[in-house]
Amino acid sequence: MKDNALSNILNQYEAKEQIDGQLYTLNFGPTHPATHGIFQNILTMDGEKILHSEQTVGYIHRAFEKISERRNFTQITTLTDRMNYCSSPINNLGWHMTVEKLLGVEVPKRVDYMRVIMMELARIADHLVCNSVIGVDTGALTGFTWTFQDREKIYDMYEQVCGARLTTNMGRIGGFERDFTPKFYELLRAFLKDFPTRFKDFCNILERNRIFMDRTIGAGAISAERALNYSFAGPNLRATGVDYDVRVATPYSSYEDFDFIIPVGTAGDTYDRFMVRQTEVWESLKIIQQALDNLPEGPFHADVPEFYLPEKADVYTKMEALIYHFKIVMGETEVPKGEVYHAVEGGNGELGFYLVSDGGRSPYRLHFRRPCFIYYQAFPEMITGSVISDAVVTLSSLNVIAGELDA
Amino acid sequence: MEFTNSFVLEALSREFPESVISSSEPFGMLTLEIKKEDLKKVIHHMKDSSLNYVFLTDICGIHHPELPEKELGVIYHLHNLVDNHRIRLKTFMPRENAEVDSLTDLYAGANWMERETFDFFGIKFKGHPDLRIILNDPELGYHPMLKEYRLEDGTRTDKDDKMFGR
Repeated sequence: MKDNALSNILNQYEAKEQIDGQLYTLNFGPTHPATHGIFQNILTMDGEKILHSEQTVGYIHRAFEKISERRNFTQITTLTDRMNYCSSPINNLGWHMTVEKLLGVEVPKRVDYMRVIMMELARIADHLVCNSVIGVDTGALTGFTWTFQDREKIYDMYEQVCGARLTTNMGRIGGFERDFTPKFYELLRAFLKDFPTRFKDFCNILERNRIFMDRTIGAGAISAERALNYSFAGPNLRATGVDYDVRVATPYSSYEDFDFIIPVGTAGDTYDRFMVRQTEVWESLKIIQQALDNLPEGPFHADVPEFYLPEKADVYTKMEALIYHFKIVMGETEVPKGEVYHAVEGGNGELGFYLVSDGGRSPYRLHFRRPCFIYYQAFPEMITGSVISDAVVTLSSLNVIAGELDA
Repeated sequence: MEFTNSFVLEALSREFPESVISSSEPFGMLTLEIKKEDLKKVIHHMKDSSLNYVFLTDICGIHHPELPEKELGVIYHLHNLVDNHRIRLKTFMPRENAEVDSLTDLYAGANWMERETFDFFGIKFKGHPDLRIILNDPELGYHPMLKEYRLEDGTRTDKDDKMFGR
């Protein structure tokens, strides 16, 4: 199916008689190793130049918004895992914060700091994947094998906190299911000690690497004005020079307590997106260190008996705990009426939860503002006129995660 | 002049006295209900005037089967990044010929958000360049987020949820 833009291009070409049947169509995806996810790009090519592209998405659409209208609030956390699976703790904790906002729950300071530590670890894991994959797409496989060892260490820490590694289902409404274990502190301290030198090595092989710079500078550039018009957020917007970060604009989870900078780029190209993410890893390390140093003592969850499972020993001995346990497990807790929008800075940008409650046991309407879904529509504009190898690095530097795109 | 909810509400009610139907502030976010016909005019003004809402955060739909006059709704979240102010606009319409003006010529990012809303709720966007189903199967034939489509197959008899009333 040719749309108007494509037929205009074809008409121009036919009028100039520059081609004689030289245009061809390339199916880039849905399962191509360089798309890093399942989405199709139908590219109209003249030699190696991209004239037009059309996207097909929805290959792994799982109707999360529909499913959540039949699920109780604690069960929706597992759905959020499966959106941006490179940084699932951010999704989980963002969802808990949304529900807490609706319920009007005040969480203890310790929970805020614990959440900040987990979310920043998740951000490091997310950026490590994205940046090392840009390296892979430009032919530098070594960095990828290094950063995945460090990501593994972050996953070990997830395991200490929640028992899972990829789809974490971390935390509960009101706080965490258990306090940080001594083993977690041990792993975190070791990570904070070793990771900077290891990450420095990764920086050294790519940041000032002539080949890497030639491949990425100028590839897939977008202006700040267009990026704002396309509702970009997160590292992709900051690479164009706009210093919008949800952590600073509307602080949540005590982010106002920490001292960090928002790195911005200038050109909005692949190299700037890469560098913004690199710098954010250093900033995240700074935030984790501050949160760890100032971690307040106190309870690791708020007092929300309607949503926070009681101690198992209490369930066997206390009537009230048994009732709450039953109601939570069966999803029988009503929430107040209201509508709330809560945004967190996800690995890829502003991850928003718009929750409408009619006073029932599941959301009346839940909408996820998924940054990847919004970025990906700018992809044709960013690659038209460039060559296919630029399209590959542009796609990986946008860090489009299919699970979040399709939800 | 400080950029507060009341300031924005006053500025908009002065400019469009007929268009703003109601206003509220759930959890501190100014929420306005706008007449469907004037929606694009109002948003255009909000984007280009000193109100400066240059960032379209989100578009989503909602379905209220029990309100025939306001059965389908579209909800917009806008953000003024300079003064760091968020606002929520809503517009409602009956089920028949549900159609609102598209924002694609104001915000390029509205394109897929509107396609998603069309896909889920069947709300048409007048002036959209390419209004097709985006996430679901193109041959699905219905808009699954409407409340009459139950999540599970209604013909199943092996699951009985009467006990817990869900």
